[in-house]
Amino acid sequence: MKELIARLVEAYGPSGNEEQVRALIQDEIKAHVDEARVDALGNLVALLKSDPDGQGKPPTRVMVAAHMDEIGIIVTHIDEKGFLRFAPIGGLTPLTLLGNRAVFANGVMGTFGMEKREILPTEKPKLDRMFLDIGTPDKESALKLVSVGDAAAFSRGFAQAGNRLLAKAMDDRIGCAILIQVVKTLKKNPNDIYFVFTVQEEVGCRGAVTSTYGVQPDLAIAVDATDTGDTPESRPMNVTLGKGPAIKVKDAGMLAHPAVRRLLVEAAKGLGIPYQLEVLEGGPTDAMVMQTSREGVPSGVVSIPCRYVHSPSEMVDYDDVTNAVKLLTKVLEDRVAI
Amino acid sequence: MLLQSLSEACGLSGNEAEVRNLILKEVQGLVDEHRIDSLGNLITLKRCSSTGAARPRRVMIAAHMDEVGLMVTHIEKSGHLRFSKVGGLDDRTLLSKVVLVGNDRVPGVIGAKPIHLLKEKERHQVVETDQMYIDIGTSSKEETERAVKRGDYVAFATRFSRLEGGLVKGKAFDDRAGCAALIELLRGRGSYPSDLYGVFTVQEEIGLRGARVAAYAVEPDYAFAFEGTVCDDLPKKKDLSPTTILGGGAAITLADRSFFADKRLVKLLVETAEKNGVPYQFKQPMVGATDAGRIHLAREGVPSVAVAVPCRYIHSPVNILSLSDFENLVRLMSLALVALPTLWPSP
Repeated sequence: MKELIARLVEAYGPSGNEEQVRALIQDEIKAHVDEARVDALGNLVALLKSDPDGQGKPPTRVMVAAHMDEIGIIVTHIDEKGFLRFAPIGGLTPLTLLGNRAVFANGVMGTFGMEKREILPTEKPKLDRMFLDIGTPDKESALKLVSVGDAAAFSRGFAQAGNRLLAKAMDDRIGCAILIQVVKTLKKNPNDIYFVFTVQEEVGCRGAVTSTYGVQPDLAIAVDATDTGDTPESRPMNVTLGKGPAIKVKDAGMLAHPAVRRLLVEAAKGLGIPYQLEVLEGGPTDAMVMQTSREGVPSGVVSIPCRYVHSPSEMVDYDDVTNAVKLLTKVLEDRVAI
Repeated sequence: MLLQSLSEACGLSGNEAEVRNLILKEVQGLVDEHRIDSLGNLITLKRCSSTGAARPRRVMIAAHMDEVGLMVTHIEKSGHLRFSKVGGLDDRTLLSKVVLVGNDRVPGVIGAKPIHLLKEKERHQVVETDQMYIDIGTSSKEETERAVKRGDYVAFATRFSRLEGGLVKGKAFDDRAGCAALIELLRGRGSYPSDLYGVFTVQEEIGLRGARVAAYAVEPDYAFAFEGTVCDDLPKKKDLSPTTILGGGAAITLADRSFFADKRLVKLLVETAEKNGVPYQFKQPMVGATDAGRIHLAREGVPSVAVAVPCRYIHSPVNILSLSDFENLVRLMSLALVALPTLWPSP
């Protein structure tokens, strides 16, 4: 599975530009699902139809979703000297840019620079003082490589540190990898499972809005990276790397449906795998909008603990990843009823 | 001129009837159907030339009728009106402006302290809205209440006029320029190759509210939002984006805070413009939000793009636009609607 993760995290796909990631995923899953379509916004919606149960009961429609997009930048202006000004795509921390590189869909590479390079000790660098340097001497040569509106993502290779994996875009390619692995692992399937790989989560969970409306699930589970509270002097949070997949109780965008939470907890207990309950002060996931689609959908989240989220070196524990695969596989191999 | 009457009409978010009536009068004879939905959106349909298709493709073009302005929140004993803002306005643009209060257009002035009385510190401070008042000439609460009431909308009294160089000034070009362009498009041809839903939306300035329900109802296959957009093209110290340039042609949005434009539609607009020599430009990405931000999320998703007339000084009592940009927007869209079937059958 590590090889798959490496390919996914190294793929290019800032929000609104998920084509390359989608092609990779399509290729991985097409032999394992009954149908796969791309909707108007670019979400990949794959259906694995239920095995016949012989009793004619309609299967439960379960949606499991992970987002394909990653944070990045979008070019807003190309100046006379060939430098690119940019705006953030998603939650970008300016500090994480200095010294790093960004790459465009066509492979053009750049490094981040800043006006007046010295930063006062009391000062935080601001994005509007920064620019991307793609090595071009003037506007004309820059325009041959990129144009306003082009998006770039961090350029950073996959690496391992002990049992831990390091990469950019772990949020949420790790969720994509888990879904792909689940598709390949499932031995039986009493439910209609919609594996949905969404777009534009980092800019407001937009892909999940339209894909959930289209799928009309009875129950939905998002798989996404979450923050941890286990590094020196970090903000208090009861999620630790390596202590198992986290089952969301709440975040700033949603309260997980208690029945979905129970379903996940019971499955983890049944398997005897570690799990932890997650209360996140910060940001939402796709589950926020899945939950309020149409007449409402009982929704929950399997979160993968991830240090340094939204940086070029996000870190997850490999055991958490494989346990998440086991957990979801177990949940989906039983007839889902709540 | 159409843009003039639209600009001088008053229609703040939630109170678009005056603008809607004006538009309705213009478009009635140009469309096959029209209706006003429960939020107040005016939804018109110009049917396509018969293609024999069971369900002709639907294109929605949205332009919002509402404008930014103020609302009366309190009447002082002295008869002066306190107010809050409706939509995004910069406090610095409000002092010393002439306004029209309520549907009866009672004239008033947002008073400013004379420079003689300003303390040194005050000269460097921005006066905030909660310290401002509107003076309608009355001297008691009772007298004021005979003319206006709490909850009345307040619009700027700016008159439309022509400037040098083919430019015009007026208020509410965001988005009466879009409304006027949409009306011109409906006038332009007897029919287009797809069913054209010209939708004049409400409450864009306070959260894209009208477009959400209109797009749900229309269920379009493609959507365009027409806008009057930010233009910051006066000389700057640093080499930074002008957002858009006045006279630079129709401004195509690639991405803003509310959506990413559909790449197929952007390509269609660019190719149409280049083939026909219509000037166009890309708006600085990630600035502002438009009705497209809601439309593209309707139901299972709608490929969308925004196209705009650059307007200097928008969201202030007086804006400036170039009539050439306006004409180029209409021309580009008219050609693009005819070329649109090349995108079919996708999606």
